[in-house]
Formats: sequence, C-alpha cells, structure tokens
Amino acid sequence: MIAREAYRSVGLIAGGRVIDPASGFDGIADVHIDEHGHIQRIEKSPGGHRADSGPQAVIDATGKIVAPGFVDLHVHLREPGREDEETVASGSAAGVKGGFTTLCCMPNTEPAIADQETVRFVLDRALSAPGRVHPIGAITRDREGKALAQIADMVEAGAVAFSDDGAPVASAGLMRRAMQYAQMFDVALIEHCEVAELSAGGVMHEGVTSSKLGLRGIPAASEEICLMRDVALARETGAHLHAAHLSTRGSVEIVRRAKAEGVRVTAEVTPHHLTLTDDLIAKDFDPLLKVNPPLRTLADIDALREGLRDGTIDCIASDHAPHAWQEKDGEFDLAPFGMVGLETALGVCIKALVETHILDWPQLIDCLTRRPARVFDLASGTLTAGAAADVVVIDPKAMWTVSLETLTSKSKNSPFLDWELPGVVTAALVDGRLVYNSNGSRHATGSTNAKRR
Amino acid sequence: MVVSDRQKPAASAVSHAEQALPELAAQDASSGRLRIKHLLGLEGVCREDLELIFATSRSFKDVLDRPIKKVPPLRGQTVVNLFYEPSTRTRISFELAEKRLSADVVNFTASASSVTKGESLRDTVKNILAMKTEVVVIRHPCPGAPHFLTRATDAIILNAGDGAHEHPTQGLLDIYTMWERWGEVAGKRVLIVGDILHSRVARSNIWGLLTMGAKVAVCGPATLMPHFVYHIGVEVFTDLDKALAGGADAINCLRIQRERQSSDFLPSMREYSRLYGIDARRAANLRPGGLIMHPGPMNRGVEITSDVADGASSVILDQVTNGLAVRMAALYLLCGGQAPERVEEGL
Repeated sequence: MIAREAYRSVGLIAGGRVIDPASGFDGIADVHIDEHGHIQRIEKSPGGHRADSGPQAVIDATGKIVAPGFVDLHVHLREPGREDEETVASGSAAGVKGGFTTLCCMPNTEPAIADQETVRFVLDRALSAPGRVHPIGAITRDREGKALAQIADMVEAGAVAFSDDGAPVASAGLMRRAMQYAQMFDVALIEHCEVAELSAGGVMHEGVTSSKLGLRGIPAASEEICLMRDVALARETGAHLHAAHLSTRGSVEIVRRAKAEGVRVTAEVTPHHLTLTDDLIAKDFDPLLKVNPPLRTLADIDALREGLRDGTIDCIASDHAPHAWQEKDGEFDLAPFGMVGLETALGVCIKALVETHILDWPQLIDCLTRRPARVFDLASGTLTAGAAADVVVIDPKAMWTVSLETLTSKSKNSPFLDWELPGVVTAALVDGRLVYNSNGSRHATGSTNAKRR
Repeated sequence: MVVSDRQKPAASAVSHAEQALPELAAQDASSGRLRIKHLLGLEGVCREDLELIFATSRSFKDVLDRPIKKVPPLRGQTVVNLFYEPSTRTRISFELAEKRLSADVVNFTASASSVTKGESLRDTVKNILAMKTEVVVIRHPCPGAPHFLTRATDAIILNAGDGAHEHPTQGLLDIYTMWERWGEVAGKRVLIVGDILHSRVARSNIWGLLTMGAKVAVCGPATLMPHFVYHIGVEVFTDLDKALAGGADAINCLRIQRERQSSDFLPSMREYSRLYGIDARRAANLRPGGLIMHPGPMNRGVEITSDVADGASSVILDQVTNGLAVRMAALYLLCGGQAPERVEEGL
C-alpha cells in the first residue's frame, strides 16, 4: 500500500487565492477535489459557510495562496548508500514541508542509480514517502564516464531523465553518443557543466575573494565551456539538453542564444545561486557555503534573476544536497560540496524574486510548478480538472526562522541557518491526501547529529 | 551574515588570560592592550595593534640580548604547537618564543595524511584542550583552519600559516624588521617579488604594510598573480625591471616552489630566474638604507643570488632573530599582556 493513503483525504480547499499558471487562473476561489484524489473544479468562492463535503476534510485557505504542488527537478536523496544523511522518505518529507510534492532525484548514490534494479529500488522506497519521487538515471555505467548506462532499461523502469550529476560527462564523444541514444526515448540529458582541468582542486568561485583567502578557485569558464560544448552537441544531435544549476552570467547568455537558435536546451537555477555571493566565505570560511557550482558574484546573480524572468532559465530547482554535519564542521577545503535546500527554497525565492519585484507571485509559482514539469514532461504542476490533486497552501505573510530545530531534513547543512524567511507552507496535498500540515507537524523529525557551533 | 552566535564568545579568551597574569590584569585595562583576540591574519588588524606588537617586540628583543634569555609572563600556561604541515624554522621559532616566556610547550605534529583521514581537527583540538591547555599555535595546509578553531574552541589561536592564506607572524617580523631599521614604514616603497598567488607570506605582508601606510608593489609572472591584488591599491608588475625603476626601500624575495615548474605555472626555473631573480644589478635599484629580505628557506641562484643574499643590504638573518621577538610579543599580548612600558614591571 502507498503510504499516503494513510493521510486524511481533503475534498475542498476554500477561500484562498488560487494561482494555477497552467490554466492562467489567479483569483479567490475554492478548489474541489473528488474522492479519487483528482482536481474536480476551481470555482469562484461563494463566501460564507460551506456545505459539508462529506467524509473528506475541508481546508480553510482564507488569506492564503493555493497553488499546485511544487516540482523539483534536482534533489539528492542519498538512498541507497548514505541513509544517515537522507532517505527517499525523509527527503520527501522535507520536500512537502517546503511545498515540493514532486521530486526528481539524482543518481549519484552508492551504488549509483545506473540500472533497472536501482531505479526500481528507489521507486519502491518512494511508496513510503509522502510525496512523489521520480528517479533520474545515470548517463554512464556506474557514473564512471566511460560507457553508456542501460538507458532503455531505466526508461522502462521509470527513470524520467538522465544525468551523471556531481560530475560532468567529461568525454565529448561519449556525451554525443548519449544524446543520440537518449533521443530515441525522448528523455532529457542533464549536464552538470564543468571542465575538470579548469576546476581541479577548486573549492569556491575563482575571483577576488578566493585569491584573497588563498582558496583554489573554480573559474566561470569551467561551467561555460562545458555548456557551450553540450549546446553544440545538442544542436547537432537534436537531443534535449537540460543544464543543471546555472551559476554564471556567461551561462545565461549561452542558453539565451541557444534557445534563440532553436536548440533544444532547458536550464534551471538554484535559490542559493540567486541570492548568495562568494564574498560571504571571507567572513569565517564557513563550509556551509561550499557548493558546486560555487557561489558567484552579484553580477552573476543579476543575470540569473533576469534569465529566470525572461524565460531563458526554465525553472527553479533546489539541488538539495544533504551532508552529515561532521563533514561540514571543519576545514573548508575538506568539506563536501552541497547544501540542503528543499525547505528554504520558497522563502529564499520570495525574498530574492518577489520582494525585489523581479517576479510576481504567479510567475514565481510558475517557475516552481508548470515550468519544471514541462521540462521533463511530468503530469504534475497543475490544478487542471482531472489532474492529481497535488496542492500546496502557503501563508505568504508568515515568517519563520531557519534553524537546526525547524529543518525537517535529516541533514542540516543549510547556508540560510538563522535567516528569517517569509512564506510558510501550511498544508501540502498529494493525490488529495493531506501529507503535510503545519499545525500537526511543527516538531522536527528524524535524528540528527548536528550541534550548534 | 550566517549565524553570529556560532562565533565563540570573545570574553572567554580574555578571562583566563587575566587569571594567568593577575598582576597585569589589575592594571588599567585601557592602556596598551590588543584589540584582536586571536592572531589569524594581518588583514583587518588595526595600526594601533601592529604598533603595539612592534613596540613590545623591541622590548623582548632586548631580553634576547641578556645572558639569561627567559622571562616569566606565561609561567603556568601551556601552549600547543599544532603543526599539520612540515615546518622547521617557524616551529622552532614559536617553540623558543614560548619557552623564553616560560610557557609549558607541547608539540603536536600531524602527518600530511592525517588531515584527510582519521580524527577531525575539531576532535584533535578538543582532546588537547581537555588537558587544560589555553593557547594553540596552528599551521595547517587548509586556509581558514585557524578560523575554524576560533569557532570550535575557547582557546587563543595563533595562525602559523594556513595554506596560501596568511602567515601573520612572518608578516609581522618582516614589517618589524623594516620598522626597526627605518623608525617609520609609512611612505616607504616595498616590492614583493615572486609567486604571489601561493604565498601566505605575501598576503600578510601586503595587508600589514598597507595598514602601516607603506606603498606596496608586487611583481611576478601573470600565472602566479592572484586577482585581489588588482583591487586593493597596490602596484602590480610582471616586469621586474619596470617594478624596480621606481626605486625600492625594500625588496622581499619570495621562495619559489620547484613544483610550480611541473604544474604548468612556469616553463622552467631558468626562465623564472632570468625574469624574476634578484641579482646585484637589480639590487642596485635599492634606495639608500634599502633592505633585501627573504622569508627562507632560500633557493640560492634561483630567486636570489648569493652575493645579494649575503650582501650588505641583506637583513635575512635579522628577520630570523626578529621572528623570535615578534612571536614572543604576539603570544604575550594575546595572553593579556600590556604595553611595553609596563613590560619591565611585569617581567
């Protein structure tokens, strides 16, 4: 049995501001959900008392925003292999708390998601998760970058896209073959754009700050050269290239030009690359700020925000990367790359994009729902009648403080610890079931070895 | 911006120092105390602190000329020298400075491999501090390792070199050597030559010299020049003869690591030496009273010729002596010691 069948079924979300970018709807309305967990209809709110909707629960969303559940194309759930850091279930729990009812998880697990059995294993684990989880398969066998993985097998088992994320496919020849092959199944190849020779030993953005701190840098060209290479290959093969976590101004420009030319390229950006700059590391060498691609400069942030606004960048993805606290609690050089992000993405994006008037609420919701779903051709991210009732209710005015206690993820390696963020997800529904409810689950879950420094 | 309360409370470092030096703690706290609590780098250290360290160094240098070279201010305190990188002269200099101040000294030398495997830095230091030690001198290949210790422990931390970041006591001893010779560093032109990119010595010198009001010029191959030097008001040269054309009050030659040749930064040592080696012809550009400096160990015939290294303008061995005095001063002041006019009373 699927775990979420144990959650309460909801029949009506009443009186909220319903934003559904897929249908263009934005207004005060009721969302009706049928007994099979599908969206029945959206109806302008009659106001006042509502008739009882039978056995299904009613959520009063007055003063709240009601939106499709968010879709995250880029998370690391660490299962199999590092269940101490995250599991499919714990990552999904963190996801629904942050509004993400659909997660696509990267294959850099131990062993890698590089065959049919491992895809099936993750999907089996997903049965006990509150939200939806779609595995991404590896492009190359065991993510070693030497030979193609069994892509057809994995597509058949349910992999939604392919990537060697964490590392690029270093060989241009192999990437070209992968594109030709993946195209037969119409699945996207996600590239972690990096040139190893340029990044070698680098731990942060190469620039004024890295050179001042004596830390080795990862130049912007490391990302841009790999992206240019892959755009050229996608142009030639006609394959769908999805560029993960863009971080530089140059990358935005490369994608913009490729799209204008008609190359099948899509791209994502993370909340941290939209907000944090490399110079923060100068304060005290905090390994919580270590991520790959690295935090860049204000000029890059401006370009990324503009790219998201004008549609060059298709969507926001968290690149949620849990790491054990002790691995982030030491020397900057030795700490692993990555930050958790599922629970802070919404608040950080409200701050970075809505409060700065770069996007309005419907546009932000679009970047978290319809636009990512479209990239991998997923059915999620819409409130259209007949669609699965994956819905989030957001209190846009409520504030919360990011802390070891308020984070649900098994790992607490957030660069936003102690930030006060706007926007609280008060309820999340998957298939019409109330899988998360802020009143009932405010307490932190899961065990952690994190300690306040 | 990330979590201020993860910072270690500054007060704790001061309080145990006061216990250790009660006779000094009782005196007027406003006079001649360091503003910094740890010596992590020279970036951001104010001129008053630097001048206090120099004045105190001069007092300790007098002590070093006495027949009995030991003074009591750190009696009963334990200093741990935590060296995660091989070092001979810096470790000996620190150890002697600590012993001259009557501290108990513990040396911990970790092999390079123990950085990446085995016990974490936090656990190692916590274990040593659990034996009731108060001061940690750390050398580590990772930039920021000393900064991490200030968050993870309550000990007083002195950076003895963290990767390519800073080597503040080397910067202090270099600038002290100039200050001692000239009386005033402000307005002097100091040229630093060599591998600026990988040099913690260069970084500490640059920050300290800028704070003291010196004119700083750096010169080296473009492959070994870090970005930040273009943004902080120092002159940057790749042509040594052009750099020298303006005259110099001091030339600080950095050691060139021979590995740089095999890792694409330089085509050959011969070419480096031809372009950046300090020989008698180049040293002739020194202004009267000008100094030739080198942090050691020297590659004679590569970055500096022997006649220059051993010539009349060379203060390379004075730097070594001054290193001892400066390290004594830094330890003494960080442990709560006060201005030099009071040193004699305290001693």
